[in-house]
Amino acid sequence: MSKLLTTRRSVLRTGAAAGAGLAMPTIFTASSVAAFTNDPTGSSVTLGFNVPQSGPYADEGADELRAYELAVEHLNGGGDGGMMNTFSSKVLDGTGILGKKVEYVTGDTQTKSDAARASARSMIEKDGAVMITGGSSSGVAIAVQGLCQEAGVIFMAGLTHSNDTTGKDKKANGFRHFFNGYMSAAALAPVLAARYGTDRTAYHLTADYTWGWTQEESIAAATEALGWNTVEKVRTPLASTDFSSYIAPVLNSGADVLVLNHYGGNMVNSLTNAVQFGLREKVVNGKNFEIVVPLYSRLMARGAGANVKGIFGSTNWHWSLTDEGSQAFVRSFGTKYGFPPSQAAHTVYCQTLLYADAVQRAGSFNPCAVAEALEGYDFDGLGNGPTHYRAGDHQCFKDVLVVKGKENPENEFDLLEIVEITPRAQVEYAVDHPMFAGGDLGSCNGGA
Amino acid sequence: MLGLNQRDTKFLLIVIALTLFTPILLQPFPADSGLAQFNAGYPDLMQRFAIFGIFAIGFNILFGLTGYLSFGHAAFLGVGSYSTVWMFKLLNYNVLPGLVLAIIVSGLFALLIGYVSLRRSGIYFSILTLAFAQMSFNLAYSVLTPITNGETGLQVYNDDPQILMGENGITTTHFFGLKMNASHIMDVGPWQFTFNFGYYFCAVIAILAFYLSLRIFRSPFGMMLRAVKSNQQRMNYTGLSSRPYTLAAFVISGMYAGLAGGLLASMDPLAGAERMQWTASGEVVLMTILGGAGTMMGPILGAGFIKYFENIFSKINDQVLHGWFAFLPDGLENALVWLLHPFVGKGWHLTLGILFMLVVVFLPGGLVELGQRIRNMFRKKPKADNDGSHKPQQTPHVAE
Repeated sequence: MSKLLTTRRSVLRTGAAAGAGLAMPTIFTASSVAAFTNDPTGSSVTLGFNVPQSGPYADEGADELRAYELAVEHLNGGGDGGMMNTFSSKVLDGTGILGKKVEYVTGDTQTKSDAARASARSMIEKDGAVMITGGSSSGVAIAVQGLCQEAGVIFMAGLTHSNDTTGKDKKANGFRHFFNGYMSAAALAPVLAARYGTDRTAYHLTADYTWGWTQEESIAAATEALGWNTVEKVRTPLASTDFSSYIAPVLNSGADVLVLNHYGGNMVNSLTNAVQFGLREKVVNGKNFEIVVPLYSRLMARGAGANVKGIFGSTNWHWSLTDEGSQAFVRSFGTKYGFPPSQAAHTVYCQTLLYADAVQRAGSFNPCAVAEALEGYDFDGLGNGPTHYRAGDHQCFKDVLVVKGKENPENEFDLLEIVEITPRAQVEYAVDHPMFAGGDLGSCNGGA
Repeated sequence: MLGLNQRDTKFLLIVIALTLFTPILLQPFPADSGLAQFNAGYPDLMQRFAIFGIFAIGFNILFGLTGYLSFGHAAFLGVGSYSTVWMFKLLNYNVLPGLVLAIIVSGLFALLIGYVSLRRSGIYFSILTLAFAQMSFNLAYSVLTPITNGETGLQVYNDDPQILMGENGITTTHFFGLKMNASHIMDVGPWQFTFNFGYYFCAVIAILAFYLSLRIFRSPFGMMLRAVKSNQQRMNYTGLSSRPYTLAAFVISGMYAGLAGGLLASMDPLAGAERMQWTASGEVVLMTILGGAGTMMGPILGAGFIKYFENIFSKINDQVLHGWFAFLPDGLENALVWLLHPFVGKGWHLTLGILFMLVVVFLPGGLVELGQRIRNMFRKKPKADNDGSHKPQQTPHVAE
């Protein structure tokens, strides 16, 4: 430091300046008076759609965005109304929500927690969004859910399958319609035992983050309860694109089933690698070698092509379901975009409708009133049969689909066939189940 | 004043004024107008401007003065964030202990990495720092999950110890009771200005950081660092060991990054591993070069520029575009939307990339050079002794 000369005068002056600087912000601490964050006062209400538009889950994000746009159209009275006509609650009348026209803003989560939170914060602070929804990765969904809890807005989770979202990371302002790892395991294990026998040895390859961990834990527990052995659990980085080095050891491990706890691009690559290594033609311990993909989606099946034939998995919803709600949704989505929706599109469409319906029933946008309307709510007609929003952890309970890659697909969308619709009772669990323990819902936060 | 000469004092006062009036300057369009889309005066983005400004100022102390290009600065940002969130988890939501710990831990971490990396210079130094940062990222992502909570990101839970938190403690980040998310919204006619405490907290720290960096630039120590940049070999031949100087610069710069990381966590109590990824390290290099490396103001401008694009352009979607061009006939409207579509929304990277290219090609001195050129256009200049590029250019004042 060249001129660190201090005189009495300069010290005084500096002190005064610093003091003024510190005192300055206290002038601004009074916040404006409102009952809750972003109370919509005008003739419209803004919702925030926060989806991955880049990164490994961009395909799912794009499909979610289409469904959101469709839902907004239906809420505002456009299109054919879709599932609003089949929904068991009839309070929505196509005039927006509580008479306010629905508008929306979009953002890119980049499949990163940081970027997703920045995008959600700008929706809340800049655009005045009263509800945030989206997420195509459990890590992101959990991060944004935490933010919404702090900011005092409702978070309607999109595609997130980790047990933690409504388990140890559950929040009072967050709600999930999608199913989770535990439910997949509970539905899938009996089907696997019936097809492949109870004397099997499994090898897990798992995406190394919250979703992968909880799904691996769930599947291992459910299959072991039926007599299977788990020989090895290997974690793979989310960013991997080549899984050959992980597949080779499977052959020498003595395992006769490979469980791929991968999603999106990861699953497409790992499954392709496994098939290329000839795993499916192998005979181990006198049994045919089998591959299982616990969480399936049509977008993934399309990516993996012929490799998915005959492979079992579970899914939240599939467009080939023949109930009234599903058909109405497939029809209006197909009319608008020219192809059937994915399960990601379905769950976010339902979430948007459920939110609008809850606001309408509560008569207020206040997050606490909306949460109260959603808690313990029973509804039907949204494609999954009778569904229950549990108050204890804000998780939806409904039937789970066990599916199989179709042997002879008739067209490029007809890739999965439904093997079994597992009834809701079989996938239910207690709120304090060990796999979901450790969390605390807290109390609802309306902000302000 | 404050040990600065008159010119620097004026410069500092301008920076202080700009920072304090940011909530007004960044909100030039009325809230109801169609251009409100381009307003940037909301707390989250303003905080980011200040925080990434600090990050870039710190990076500039290393890169701008010594010429050592670190490609792993995001590691310090991440370490700072993790330290701060841990303080929230263990003590309470007061940001002060967290920020202090962030600076200390990132300083120690920088000492370790710097000690090893600074044995090499040039491209080898860059690669070493990059390797260390990627290593930290991968560790945070998988092996160190108990400390970092992996991909989900470290956050505060209701059942964390928080030993200093009383019965009715504040449940958001605060500075001795002043909440970071407290805002005062002022309506002036159609305009709406948001004055947020969190922003002013960051802004005051940013001004202090700026002042400190200004003093470093003007000090004999800064001169020594410039000597390293211009000719390190020559310096060594005169019998001076440059290592302690470069190491000190590296540690100071790491501490700035740690402070920025701590502030990020203070504004939003979550620390994600992506903060340490190489793309984040690359971003600060872009900020510095875009704004003008080696100048005082450049990195701050660059940081603001990139964050503006990331947050404003990425949110323009087709619906917004259709809204803008609604007055045109349908065919033309759709054509224009189709034409602009790749450059907005998820295409903001493309727009930023093109602008970065243009800046590097036409304005090697960054945005600061643009400012100088514009100013020179309005100034009368004596043309008499100007013989083009045949004489050495006068070194610009570092404060520009």
